[in-house]
Amino acid sequence: MTHHLTMLETLTSLAVAAGEGHAGGAGAMREAPQWVLAIALLPFAAFLLNGVCAALKVRNQFPAWLTIGTLATSFGLTLYLFLNYFTGADRAPMHVHGFEWIHFQWGATEAQTFISNFAFYIDGLTCLWILFVTGLATLIALYSSEYMNHDVGLGYCRFFAAFSLFVFSMLVLVMADNLLLMFLGWEGVGLCSYLLIGYFYKKPAAVAAAKKAFIINRIGDLGLLMAIFSAYGIFGTVEYSKIFAMVAANADGAGNLLSVNTWAGIVLPLLLTAGAFGKSAQLFFYVWLPDAMEGPTPVSALIHAATMVTAGVFLIARLYPVYTIDPALTILTLVAWCGAITAFWAATIEMAIFDIKRVMGYSTISQLGFMFAGLGLLSPTGAAFHTFTHAFFKATLFLGVGAVMHGFGGQLDLRRLSGVAWMRGFGLVGIAMLIGSINLSGVPFTAGFFSKDMILAQGFTTPSTMIGGAQIVAWILLITAGMTAYYTFRTFFRVYTGPKEFNPGDDAELLDLGRHPKGTNLEQWHKEHGHGHGHGHGHDHSHDHGHAHDHGAGSVADRRLQTRIDFDPTTEEFDPHPPGWAMKAAILACMLCSILAAGLYFMKTAGPGAEHGGWVGSMIHPSSAHFASPEFGKTATHMGQPHEPAAFFGQDAHKLMYYVSAGVGLIGILIAAFLHGPKGWQGLFIGNRVIAEKSRADGLINLFGPITKVARNKWYVDEIYDAIIVKPLHVLSHIFHLIDQYIVDGIVNLCGAIPRWIGKALRPTQSGEIHGYAIGMAGGVAVLLVLVFVLTS
Amino acid sequence: MNMTTLTTGFVPTLAQAGFPEVMSQVTLGHYLVVAAIMFVLGMIGFLTRRNLIIMFLCTELMFQAAGIALIAFGRYHLDFSGQTFVIFVLTVAAAEAAMALALIVLLYRRKESLNAEEWKDLQG
Repeated sequence: MTHHLTMLETLTSLAVAAGEGHAGGAGAMREAPQWVLAIALLPFAAFLLNGVCAALKVRNQFPAWLTIGTLATSFGLTLYLFLNYFTGADRAPMHVHGFEWIHFQWGATEAQTFISNFAFYIDGLTCLWILFVTGLATLIALYSSEYMNHDVGLGYCRFFAAFSLFVFSMLVLVMADNLLLMFLGWEGVGLCSYLLIGYFYKKPAAVAAAKKAFIINRIGDLGLLMAIFSAYGIFGTVEYSKIFAMVAANADGAGNLLSVNTWAGIVLPLLLTAGAFGKSAQLFFYVWLPDAMEGPTPVSALIHAATMVTAGVFLIARLYPVYTIDPALTILTLVAWCGAITAFWAATIEMAIFDIKRVMGYSTISQLGFMFAGLGLLSPTGAAFHTFTHAFFKATLFLGVGAVMHGFGGQLDLRRLSGVAWMRGFGLVGIAMLIGSINLSGVPFTAGFFSKDMILAQGFTTPSTMIGGAQIVAWILLITAGMTAYYTFRTFFRVYTGPKEFNPGDDAELLDLGRHPKGTNLEQWHKEHGHGHGHGHGHDHSHDHGHAHDHGAGSVADRRLQTRIDFDPTTEEFDPHPPGWAMKAAILACMLCSILAAGLYFMKTAGPGAEHGGWVGSMIHPSSAHFASPEFGKTATHMGQPHEPAAFFGQDAHKLMYYVSAGVGLIGILIAAFLHGPKGWQGLFIGNRVIAEKSRADGLINLFGPITKVARNKWYVDEIYDAIIVKPLHVLSHIFHLIDQYIVDGIVNLCGAIPRWIGKALRPTQSGEIHGYAIGMAGGVAVLLVLVFVLTS
Repeated sequence: MNMTTLTTGFVPTLAQAGFPEVMSQVTLGHYLVVAAIMFVLGMIGFLTRRNLIIMFLCTELMFQAAGIALIAFGRYHLDFSGQTFVIFVLTVAAAEAAMALALIVLLYRRKESLNAEEWKDLQG
């Protein structure tokens, strides 16, 4: 991002000149050069090479540098694509054909074909997504190269292989030119998410979380799959450009009116929404995302905060034309409401829990709710902008949390950490967390402020005749914005400011499960290693430590010496382990990007739509996300400029909302400072916390009583699922087990028993006495002779 | 049954072939009766005796009974393939006798007995 911004300014004049060269009008497709395919295929090559590394048992950091190099190249190509094709006046979608993937034909007419090529459809929306996907993936790969140090060896290759495969799948998802190829990427990111959540596969919680994520995503994916079938049924094609053309003409494959087709207007977008909500953890699908925090933190930062979970937002933005088929915008209304409810609901949970990484997880759910509300409130630009800024500041926050985990032996409880920013080597982490927090809280002039504001203002201006209850949705979002500021700074004040205090985490050992000597009792092993020995991840010995498990039980003492690196040799006390240069560089870059992203709001570019939403507006306006069908256009005059400013307490909502949302954010921060801030200037002079464990907020727990408890237990959604789905299934499976055991097995056993009984009856004839057999034979011949005689005479 | 009615013109009768006159009175039926008696003797011997060698001899008896029947039929039809066949059978029977006796020796060495009952534990 840093690069886009600075280079963009210098190249703007050039780009404008270049853009004028492309004379294609809106609706026309541009042919993209073949090298665009490399953006997606390079990470796939990295995946294959990492697989080779694993096969060759590479025991150094080579896989990490391979991945970083490949992703950086991919990012460079993306940047080149952006600068050459998306900075001028011509923003028509680009098309690049890779190879023919699926092509069925069972008749002469065009309706009797099914075509799904490996081809890319790149418009402003795609370009926006691939910019931050490749950029962040590069930075987070750099971060992981150090973070995953303790696993150098086979695990390291596995991590980077899955990481590269994820980036490939994500790029295929956003660049695909048809629904089926998009589905390939969609399933690919789901698979990689599963593999990376379950990275510590010897840790039962991680395995359970991976399964949960995969299974819940399957439910959403079923919706998406049915949506693809429906789309083919309605339009007779799965290619975006053809679908968009049909929606624009308001006619389906057979030439019938689309706007009166309930299946196209209601069912299709509803099914798409189910897919999007599953992937983006909205509503009752949210339960997998907090558990996904079991994965390594870089994975949480990239997949479960910045990129994969925004695939749902992308899906709706990409198929926005389909959502606008229905003149009543029923499904968009639904999306707006569900987004707002999820945002609020997740925020209540965050305010109560203590695990700082899960706070970030719920915060992601909440912010995704904002994005969906933005889409539903007819502000795809706001949603896309928020996705873009959120990707950077949430990645910053996650990477900061990761640095704390890395340094304090996996400690995540905000009651056991305090004043981290003041500890040696953690200064940058503290600054990064502050930058991330003010962005998330919506402090004025931050990127998060502008993007969130765009959604809020749109909510208050969208007429409720189009989106039912748009104002109520906007109010919910406004309240949620205040709550967001509170919970963000609650974490910040407690963990990063105040008296220096910490307890090293004890699930560091759990992270090391892979390195327990075989056959060792776990409890015993922990006792031997003392409590809180950390990962033992000093860079100087990481290579040895990475395959310490090969040495067997004899080297326990050696390993203890190695793990002492986390302990101060003079006092024998735990010594926090500050992040190294790679982690710091990645955090710094993400932090700078999230600061600079604010500038995008003011950036004026040559493209259309820049007057509304700045740079992101100019990217989104000419893309499918801003597409308006004819029916939609009739009712939605405000979608084009100029529009009448709607009133918010008698004022122009767009202008007033800057002040209102800034005020709400600041109130949230002040409440957090009052309840959780440390004594003195660090707590803005209103906090009074002196130890890590306790704060003023503890007094409120009694006041809110059961609400806190319920929120802390995630509104018991997991328990409700357990009661209404898991338990009945258990009972049902027991019944089936009994049926299987007694009826199915019974029939099979009966079939086996009948020959056994017959055999038992006949066994005495096999006496072993040769005379018995001889008599039998002679008697048999005699009987036959008699028979022949009788029958022939 | 008159032998002359059964023979055709150019094949000599037994008398014409120089057989004693009394032999011309022996008909196919006689041969078959002898063969049947031999066969039944062999079968009764096989079924009643427990000695492996005796049982083997009894099977040989049945074998030869079948051979006699074959020759008798061959002669009756004035077809020499019946007799030729019996020559082959005799050759095979000789080889088989050698093998069977060798097996009996081996069986005897196992159990120190020629009693067939001893081997009833070979039941399936």
